[in-house]
Amino acid sequence: MPRTLFDKVWDAHVVHESPGRPSILYIDLHLVHEVTSPQAFAGLEARGLPVRRPERTLATMDHSTPTRPGGLKIVADAGRAQLEMLARRCAEHGIELFDLDSPNNGIVHVVAPEQGRTHPGMTVVCGDSHTSTHGAFGALAFGIGTSEVEHVLATQCLLQYRPDAFEVRFDGAARPGVTGKDLILALIAEIGIGGGTGHVLEYTGDAVRALSMEGRMTLCNMSIEAGARAGMVAPDDTTFEYLAGRPGAPEDFDAATARWRALKTDDDAAFARRVTIDASAVAPRITWGTTPAMNVAVDQPVPAPDSDAARRALAYMQLEAGRPLLGQPVDVVFIGSCTNSRLDDLRQAASVFDGRRVPEGLRALVVPGSRAVKRAAEAEGLDRVFTAAGAEWREPGCSMCLAMNGDQVPSGKLAVSTSNRNFEGRQGPGSRTLLASPLTAAATAVSGVVTDARTLETSR
Amino acid sequence: MKPFLELTSRVVPLVRDDIDTDQIIAARYLTVTDRSGLGEGLFAAWREDPSSPLNHRDGASILLAGHNFGCGSSREHAPWALLAGGYRCVIARSFADIFRQNAQRNGLLPVALEEPAHARLLASLEMNPALDVRVDLFGRTVSWRDHLARFEIDDFARECLLGGVDSLGYLLAKSDAIGAFEARRGAA
Ligand code: SF4
Repeated sequence: MPRTLFDKVWDAHVVHESPGRPSILYIDLHLVHEVTSPQAFAGLEARGLPVRRPERTLATMDHSTPTRPGGLKIVADAGRAQLEMLARRCAEHGIELFDLDSPNNGIVHVVAPEQGRTHPGMTVVCGDSHTSTHGAFGALAFGIGTSEVEHVLATQCLLQYRPDAFEVRFDGAARPGVTGKDLILALIAEIGIGGGTGHVLEYTGDAVRALSMEGRMTLCNMSIEAGARAGMVAPDDTTFEYLAGRPGAPEDFDAATARWRALKTDDDAAFARRVTIDASAVAPRITWGTTPAMNVAVDQPVPAPDSDAARRALAYMQLEAGRPLLGQPVDVVFIGSCTNSRLDDLRQAASVFDGRRVPEGLRALVVPGSRAVKRAAEAEGLDRVFTAAGAEWREPGCSMCLAMNGDQVPSGKLAVSTSNRNFEGRQGPGSRTLLASPLTAAATAVSGVVTDARTLETSR
Repeated sequence: MKPFLELTSRVVPLVRDDIDTDQIIAARYLTVTDRSGLGEGLFAAWREDPSSPLNHRDGASILLAGHNFGCGSSREHAPWALLAGGYRCVIARSFADIFRQNAQRNGLLPVALEEPAHARLLASLEMNPALDVRVDLFGRTVSWRDHLARFEIDDFARECLLGGVDSLGYLLAKSDAIGAFEARRGAA
């Protein structure tokens, strides 16, 4: 029977099935961070259980870590206990940890791919909903709760009901200035933030094939914002070129590549649902409300509210229906997060910052996703472009994406952010967030008002 | 975890769609290293409004919401905070996948009601906010006055909730099958 990419990866990991029971699914790679793991380790210790496969487990510190330059050791007391606990447990259980001193430290969904740990065909989980990012490699990757973190630590397995496969096809070619972020925002606007519930999305079509791995990661990252369990892209030469030579790449790379080539949806395989989007008709997108689905083309006015939720969102955002978003004054611009903090993203942002200045009164933060991204960006001189423009160049971490570490948007202030959630108060109590691509964020940073990057000349 | 058999309680209506886990418990409360102390952060921003129904719980342990409750983050702190705040059951039109599983694993019962029953419950509550509602997990029903509605829940989650058992035991009991799978793959 013809199978989808999802079917192939799922089927290869089923350990056991009983009628009326969830399947037992084997997990190839378990990623761990400091915020959602302490209670899982404690549960394991209470039961006297070892970690079944420490070598399949990789930990990093990212959520509550400081990003102030030179301030690496400064951690809020509350967060410090989590970091110390993670370090102690990784040592006890023989788990590899990218701690704050490691040259590989960074946001969990940035570091695992860039270290070559995420491979096509793997199952990858983490106590973090944006684990969907790793699906860009043709892995089945999804977020889990802390109880499940304990399950995977103890058994390397999870109990899961099989989700349905949902094809999201982006036909045509995205126009210049339209990024992976814009494509995914367009999809979420179309199907809604619960539109993918119970499904694994497979992104197909020419516009997806044309994306870099960074762009594909952005796309898969926000699958969860459509409610989907996971997002996947079938691996191809772009994937293999990205992985080749990375520390975690398989030793016999050619043999692995040959195997990975079979990881694609068969002709005539059945999807439970399908949606097609004309990528050539997608413009840069920006959110106006308090869910990622509440977004429009950047040059469009704020839409008239059609629900109580939309009315509440406009009231919270202090935005007026019918008014253009272009020209809206902004207080903070945040370029970072596991959605858009990779080298490609920073290059795009830098192309807009180059030779321009952030106006007085606007705070712009650029937070690389990892130490490796930071080093690579500095080797190209991107840091100097940002600082010359008056933006802050920070240490890696989740930072203002979830405002756990002191980086936050002050109450009532308006931010353009390249992160993934514009929920009420996400970036700090009372904060107001407009989600957009690194190009739109950078264009806004140098203009002081929401700006369509396509109307600015760029240097590269 | 505490077994869930049946519950009769008043209801706190918070009938919005897409209530996300950042509203249930914001990131700044996530610095804990155990499961306790999260009640204070439950819906903290919304509870700043004194007129919020969340501030008039009066011992209610059922929360009534709209579509897609618990969307967003995978943080299990969301069900922990709801439990700490005195809730044992959330009735909604639908739930986000990860939240539903996290809730079930902690003895917080997610009940998805179809539109007619959900609307009837809401109408009854508008007439009588002090209405007692009975949730029967064994019979898979929600009832109040002369109304009765059925809800779906998968057998495995229901057994775990009724017995108050974590599904880790089930997984651990299958360690032979897991070992065999690893051996098969290692040999491949
Ligand atoms: S950057 Fe934001 S979304 Fe990504 S893992 Fe960190 S907190 Fe979560």
